[in-house]
Amino acid sequence: MSPDENHTEGLTDLLDVRAGRAADLVLRRATLLDPVAGIDGVHDLVIRGGRIAEIAASGEADADGAEEIDAAGLHAFPAFFDPHVHLRTPGQEHKEDIETGTRAAAAGGYCGIIAMANTSPPIDTAADITALREQARSQASVPVGFTATVTVGMKGEELTEMVELRDAGAIGFTDDGLPIGNANVMRRALQYQHLCGGQIALHEEDPDLSSGGVMHEGPVSAALGLAGWPSVAESTMIARDCGLAAYEEARIHVQHLSAKESVEVVRAAKAAGVRITAEASPHHLVLTDEEVRSLDPRRFKMNPPLRHESDRQALIAALRDGTIECIATDHAPHHADEKEVPFEQAAFGVTGLETAFAALHTELVLSGVIDLALLVERMSGGAAPFDVPRPTLAVGAEANVALCDLAAEWTVGEDGYESRSSNSWAEGRTLTGRVLVTVAAGQVAFRLRSFSLGVAS
Amino acid sequence: MKNLLSIEGVDRDAMEAILDRAESFAEVGRRDIKKVPTLRGRTVVTLFYESSTRTSSSFELAAKRLSADLVSVKAAGSSVDKGESLKDTVATLSAYDPAAIVIRHPYAGAAQMVAGWTSAAVVNAGDGKHEHPSQALLDVYTLRRRLGSLEGKRIWIVGDVLHSRVARSNLIAFQRMGAEVTLCGPPTLIPRGIEELGCQVTYSLDRLEEADVVYALRMQHERMSGSFVPSLREYAANFQIDTRRLGPRQLLMHPGPVNRGVEISGEAIDSPQSLIGEQVAAGLVVRMAILYELLAGQPERPTAVGDGPAAAEAAAPTIGQPA
Repeated sequence: MSPDENHTEGLTDLLDVRAGRAADLVLRRATLLDPVAGIDGVHDLVIRGGRIAEIAASGEADADGAEEIDAAGLHAFPAFFDPHVHLRTPGQEHKEDIETGTRAAAAGGYCGIIAMANTSPPIDTAADITALREQARSQASVPVGFTATVTVGMKGEELTEMVELRDAGAIGFTDDGLPIGNANVMRRALQYQHLCGGQIALHEEDPDLSSGGVMHEGPVSAALGLAGWPSVAESTMIARDCGLAAYEEARIHVQHLSAKESVEVVRAAKAAGVRITAEASPHHLVLTDEEVRSLDPRRFKMNPPLRHESDRQALIAALRDGTIECIATDHAPHHADEKEVPFEQAAFGVTGLETAFAALHTELVLSGVIDLALLVERMSGGAAPFDVPRPTLAVGAEANVALCDLAAEWTVGEDGYESRSSNSWAEGRTLTGRVLVTVAAGQVAFRLRSFSLGVAS
Repeated sequence: MKNLLSIEGVDRDAMEAILDRAESFAEVGRRDIKKVPTLRGRTVVTLFYESSTRTSSSFELAAKRLSADLVSVKAAGSSVDKGESLKDTVATLSAYDPAAIVIRHPYAGAAQMVAGWTSAAVVNAGDGKHEHPSQALLDVYTLRRRLGSLEGKRIWIVGDVLHSRVARSNLIAFQRMGAEVTLCGPPTLIPRGIEELGCQVTYSLDRLEEADVVYALRMQHERMSGSFVPSLREYAANFQIDTRRLGPRQLLMHPGPVNRGVEISGEAIDSPQSLIGEQVAAGLVVRMAILYELLAGQPERPTAVGDGPAAAEAAAPTIGQPA
C-alpha cells in the first residue's frame, strides 16, 4: 500500500500543539482497528515522518531505521478526540493548565482536545484566543482547539465579537458551565453563526428548574435530603434550542447529555432534520445516582448529575444508534480543597481524560453491552462536530494512533495522575485496558513508563 | 458502634440497646445527684454550625451529667467566621484528643466527612436536610414509653418533608421499629420518589383519623420565598394540626421549635395528647445513652501504637455509615 495523496489535512491546521520530532515508528503485528476506514486485522503499521506510511503484512514491514515496537497482542486505534475539556487556564492553574491537561489527554490516548472557555476570566476576546494558542504551541503535548464564549463574560447577555474570535482561531463557541438562559440571546447567536461559522456547543440546563440542585432528582435525592436537579431541566432546554436551531437553520452541539428525556428530544430533532450533534460522558455511561449515597463529592458530584439506571440505558442506546455520536469526558479538574467539603458545598466536576477509554472498555465492552468497534468510533466522534478531521489509520493520513493493551489491568490513581487534579470518578477502580503509546499529530505524545519498547538496534 | 452518623446505619437491636440505656439514665435523673462518673477525664466537643437550642443544650448537659469535660464551639464567633475550613477546624479540635465530637452542620454528609478526619467518635447532630439520628432516637424513646411498642402503629408525619432532616430520620426509625408511616403535606413539599422508602404519601389530612400518632414538622418562613406554598395562611388552613382535627386518642409530636398557629394550633400544643414536653426531656437521657454507647461501651482507645486488642477495636467498623 502506498501513501494516498488525498489524506493531507491534519489536526494542526485548526489546533495548536508544541512542535516536536515527527514520529518514525513501526508497530509490529499490531491488531489494527479503524471502523470508519474499514481497517480491521493484524498488520505492521508504519509511521514515517509523522504520517501513516504503510499498512504492511504482519511482520513484513521494512523498519529502515524507524523505532520498532513489538505490538503483538496489542491494539492500534485511531487516537481519540475529546470535544469537551477544561484546561482551567487562565486563572485556575492550581487545578490544571495546558501542560498538565494535555499530558493527561495524551495518557488517555487522545490526539486532540477542545478546551472550554469558562476560565477565570472567561475567554471572550481575540487577544485571549491568540495568547492561548501561543501557549499551546509551547506547552501542549496534543493539539488543542480553544473555544470562546458565546456571551461576554459568560453573562448570557451580549454576544462576543464572534467574527473576530473566529479570525483569531476560536474553534467554536460555548458558555459551557452555564446555560444561555435568555432564548433571544441564543437565537441571535444562532443567526450570527451564518456570518462567523463555528460550532456552538451548549450546556443545557434551565436554571430556574435546576435551581440549587446538586444531584439527580429522584428517590436517592429524596432519601439523602439533597436538592434535586430534575431531568426535565435539561430536556426542556434542549427542546428550546432544537426549535431555535431549526428555525434559524443553524447547527448546535449538545454537551454532556445525561437524561433519557434529552435523548428522546435529540433523536426526534435529528429525525426532523435539525443540524444537531450530541455527546455523552463516560461517567454518565457507567455510573448512576446510587453512587451519591456515599456522599462523596470528589468522585460523584458533577453537572449534569449522575442519573437513574434508566437514563444510563437510554444513553447507551443512543450511543449505539448514533443519536449520540461522540464521547466527551467533560474533564473538570478541581483542587482537593474544593472537594474535601460536604457534598452540597463541593465544586461540580470530575476528571476523565486518563480513564475514559479504559473505563468504557471495562464497563461497556468487556461486559458485552457495546462492541469494541463502536467504542473506538465514538471515542473520536467528537472531531467532526467541530470541523476537525477525524483521526484515522488510513494510509497517507497524519499519524494519530493510540496503542492499547486491552488485557492490562490497572487501578486508577495508584500511580497518581498526569492531571494536576485527582478528582477522578474512577479512582480506586480496577480497569482492564491501558493506553501504552499515543501518537498525536504525527508526534509521540505519550509512552507508558512501565511499557518497555523493543527498540531496533 | 464507633460513630452515630445516620439512623439508616443503625439496626433495630442497636436502637433498642440505646433506648434501654436511656431508661436507666431516666432513673438517674430522678435522683438528687443526677451526675454519674462514667466519662470522667474524657473530653466531648460540640461543634455547631447552625443555631440550636434543644439539641446543643441537651448534648452539653448529657456530657456534663456523664462527668465529661466539655468544649462547646459555635461557628459564629469562632475561627469559622475567619474562613477556616471544616477539615482544619476538626484537625484543630482533634489536637485536644477528644473522645467524641458532636457536630451540627448545614450540609449533608458533614458528620461522615468529619469521621474520616478524626479518631474521636462522631455524633451527627443534624447534617443539612439529610439526617438527625439523635432526634429520631428520642422520638422513638418517647413513643415507646407511651405506647410500649411501635409495632403496627400508624404514624403520620405532616408538613414540610422536603426540607426536613427530622422527617427523613424518623421515617426510617419508625419503620424499623415496626410502625407504618404516612407522609402528608402539600405536593410541593414532598420529595419526588420518597415513597420508595416504603411509606405512604398523601396530600390531604382527610384520613388523619387513621393515625395513632401525628408528627407535625416545623414550617419554615423562608420557604415562602421559593413559592412552595402560596401563603402560610393557606398552608395552615389545609395542614395545621388543631384540636378539631386531632382526636382524643391520637398523640401529637413536634421536633421544635414550634410556629404556634402555623403547623399546630396553640390549643393542640397544650392539649393532653401533646408529647412535645416529653420529647425534650427524652432528648437529655437519649443523648446521654448515645454518648455512653459510643464512649463507655468501648474500652479506652489506645494511647500508644500497638497491635493489641485496643488497636483492633480502633479499626472496628463504623455503624451509621450509608451502605
